[in-house]
Amino acid sequence: MRGLALAGVVAAMFACCNPLDVVHADTTLLNASYEPTRRFYSDLNKAFAARWQADQGEKITVYQSHAGSGAQARSVSFGLEADVVTLALAYDIDAIAERAKLLPRDWQKRLPNNSAPYTSTIVFLVRKGNPKQVRDWPDLAREGVSVVTPNPKTSGGARWNYMAAWGYALRLHDNDEEQARELLARIYRNAPVLDTGSRGATITFTRRGIGDVLIAWENEALLVAREISSADFEVVVPSVSILAEPPVAVVDKVVDKRGTRKAAEAYLNFLYTPEGQQLAATHYYRPRMREATEGYPDRFAKLELKNIEDFGGWAQAYTTHFADGGVFDRIYRPGS
Amino acid sequence: MVDHAPSFDASLPQAARRPLPLTESAGARTALITVALGFLLLFLLLPLIVVFAEALRLGLGSYWAAIGEPEALAAIRLTLLTALIVVPLNAIFGIAAAWAITKFQFAGKNLLITLVDLPFSVSPVIGGMVFVLLFGLQGVLGPWLAAHDIHIIFAIPGVIIATLFVTLPFVARELIPLMQKQGTEYEEAALMLGASGWQTLFRVTLPNIRWGLLYGLLLCNGRAIGEFGAVAVVSGHIVGLTTTMPLYIEVLYNDFNFAAAFAVASLLTLMAFATLILRAILEWRAARLLARSRLH
Amino acid sequence: MIGGAIAIRQRSIVPGFGLSLGVTLSYLGLIVIIPLCVLLLKTSDAGWAKIWMELSSLRTLAAFRVSFGVAFLAAAFNTVFGCIVAWVLVRYQFFGRRLIDAMIDLPFALPTAVAGISLTQIYAGNGWLGAALATAGIKVAFTPLGILVALAFVGLPFVVRTVQPVLQDFDRETEEAGALLGASRWNILRRVVFPPLVPAVMTGFTLAFARGIGEYGSVIFIAGNMPGYSEIVPLLIVIKLEQFDYAGATVIASLMLVASFILLLAINLLQAWTRRQQGG
Repeated sequence: MRGLALAGVVAAMFACCNPLDVVHADTTLLNASYEPTRRFYSDLNKAFAARWQADQGEKITVYQSHAGSGAQARSVSFGLEADVVTLALAYDIDAIAERAKLLPRDWQKRLPNNSAPYTSTIVFLVRKGNPKQVRDWPDLAREGVSVVTPNPKTSGGARWNYMAAWGYALRLHDNDEEQARELLARIYRNAPVLDTGSRGATITFTRRGIGDVLIAWENEALLVAREISSADFEVVVPSVSILAEPPVAVVDKVVDKRGTRKAAEAYLNFLYTPEGQQLAATHYYRPRMREATEGYPDRFAKLELKNIEDFGGWAQAYTTHFADGGVFDRIYRPGS
Repeated sequence: MVDHAPSFDASLPQAARRPLPLTESAGARTALITVALGFLLLFLLLPLIVVFAEALRLGLGSYWAAIGEPEALAAIRLTLLTALIVVPLNAIFGIAAAWAITKFQFAGKNLLITLVDLPFSVSPVIGGMVFVLLFGLQGVLGPWLAAHDIHIIFAIPGVIIATLFVTLPFVARELIPLMQKQGTEYEEAALMLGASGWQTLFRVTLPNIRWGLLYGLLLCNGRAIGEFGAVAVVSGHIVGLTTTMPLYIEVLYNDFNFAAAFAVASLLTLMAFATLILRAILEWRAARLLARSRLH
Repeated sequence: MIGGAIAIRQRSIVPGFGLSLGVTLSYLGLIVIIPLCVLLLKTSDAGWAKIWMELSSLRTLAAFRVSFGVAFLAAAFNTVFGCIVAWVLVRYQFFGRRLIDAMIDLPFALPTAVAGISLTQIYAGNGWLGAALATAGIKVAFTPLGILVALAFVGLPFVVRTVQPVLQDFDRETEEAGALLGASRWNILRRVVFPPLVPAVMTGFTLAFARGIGEYGSVIFIAGNMPGYSEIVPLLIVIKLEQFDYAGATVIASLMLVASFILLLAINLLQAWTRRQQGG
């Protein structure tokens, strides 16, 4: 009986407050991010904590939650109390602003470079020796080539992948949308499985040995090819790709409620400092600051990069391609 | 009755005397034992060996570092907290349910038993999902909870409730058949001798069912610390906060930290061992006590 | 108050009916009944068109085929070997028997995620056993065969633990009578020993089967998770949840729930049958 009452009290204690506030009296932040950034933010959080301690003299802990960018945006909209969101594309943060009104619609203007402190792009990861001779986008549509890419419904990286392919397809077919759709349909027909997040797709390709080519974030591909398994994989850079700008934002309603606005803003500003930019480069992101790439002269390939604005911006691209019944739904029919 | 040697039938003439086939031939016995042991070796022992071998692949220093990470420690704390809350609650429920079901006759008993068993046969993913539907912001109670700043989904209470659902039947399932077999004689005798209801429960019923209760607690605990599917759905993937040990293993595994993942897995395996050994020891001691009491 | 309403019971001097039933029903109500009702409610919210679309989609059908099919095979596999193991543990003496008997419960105590990564490590193409199997052209991990292995692991104790007690309580006199009457060992086994075991065996099979169809943690590491080929129903539900397609998720979950309920009834009936066999 007493045990039951005690358990009840403990449970009630946890239920009543934000878990972050119960466990720590010091400042804590929750950063809801997308999947491939785990190692980057692990290092960045430590560096930021040291900087905060030096500047403010108090301890700060930044907690991380990682999931597919789209899934994460919805989680935040539905109650995941994140002080900052660092997602794969602006559309996902826009969705949080629209749906849950947790931050203002003009959030992207609040930080430099469209609130994207670093950029990346989309490349291919293939098995060592490139046995299927994958050189560019059309090779992904070839018969007998198995393609691994995540699910655009949940993963931000997946949508960048798709738009990069779309950009190429439009160029190839002189803006004939029907033919471009056909090319993308053939690529997705070659996809045996769509993971919910980019990291999931990377695991499927590298660990489960499924597929001949992985369409991946440049930083993911470089991480695998240079650090994890350099003997087994290599990066192939396509002729044209897309400039991926993963943005960051403070979630106003949450920071105001928790009183962490100062810390949250400092955290995001930290990404733009030389230290933050250097860490980004170390983790294979393309920093905005030229100087940060000096230590890595041939890390980032030079290739032609399209911009999402070429496609009318994410709002239009999303409605056309990724909304229910959009182009993606029409070209991808799994299990058949 | 435990006589495996063939016996001779003395009533038959000499020529007809042959060993009675009371057990399989030696050849068949060896074959069966080999098959059984081979099967168990492959399916039980090998995975265990692999867990520890892989955990130590990068050396002992790396092993301790992996376990000593603050996020690992947080996961361990959360797992233990969950077990500490869930097992006693479900034990109380199990005893109450078994008492109601086995000591009384009433209509709807079979339905009740089926309902108690339901979480056992339902996929754990569904076990987590129902709470998202109930407590999530989009769910039935979501707006009310948000208005009162109560966090269940994406927070620790969600993890605990999901685990509670999944482990609910374990103690009851063990106690119900046991108490059904025992009937109500002992309790009625105690009551007639003047014991109160609670005295009867603690002095008569519980001692009678202690092995079933222990086994049920063991199963409940094992499932509580190891639950994956239900917790994955409700946790919000906040590493260091709502990530239990099994979820943390997945996080490490998906970040290419295989040795670290196995290191945490080895801890869970040791916990599993501990519960099994504990039960075996207690049973062995009880058997010894029983044997000794028989001699008197 | 509820106790009074269901007081269609015989008078008993044992106290505590109201309290125990009250606790049971409240707890059950809060944790099981209300959440499951919410599930069914949300499903009916989805509308018949959506329900039909979900249930008839090729992907869903394939997932059910995989989940139920592989669980059935795994349960069958465990039945065969589980019976052998139970027999060997009860009837024979050999070195380490007690230890092995205690270890049978390991899959009950071991977390599914641990089993998942461990089995993957063994059966992956470059794994402990997977490498050897690969040279023979057999792929285990990331195929339905991998799912089978995982389900065989988690279901291993069920048949053993249901058959063991029946075997232990088995009356050897009937066997000896059979032997005295001149039957061969195989005939004795077939006619005298096996029939009373059938209810227990079937119970164990059904338990392993029920566990297998819902298993998630150990399977997702070792399955390839490819729709139409190696994607299990629980994973499909999780994917739909992550896409926040709650309607789709609830529809599939409800179907699983119905299947689980049916299996549960089957298990309870079989267990009642076993008890009658043993008692009678």
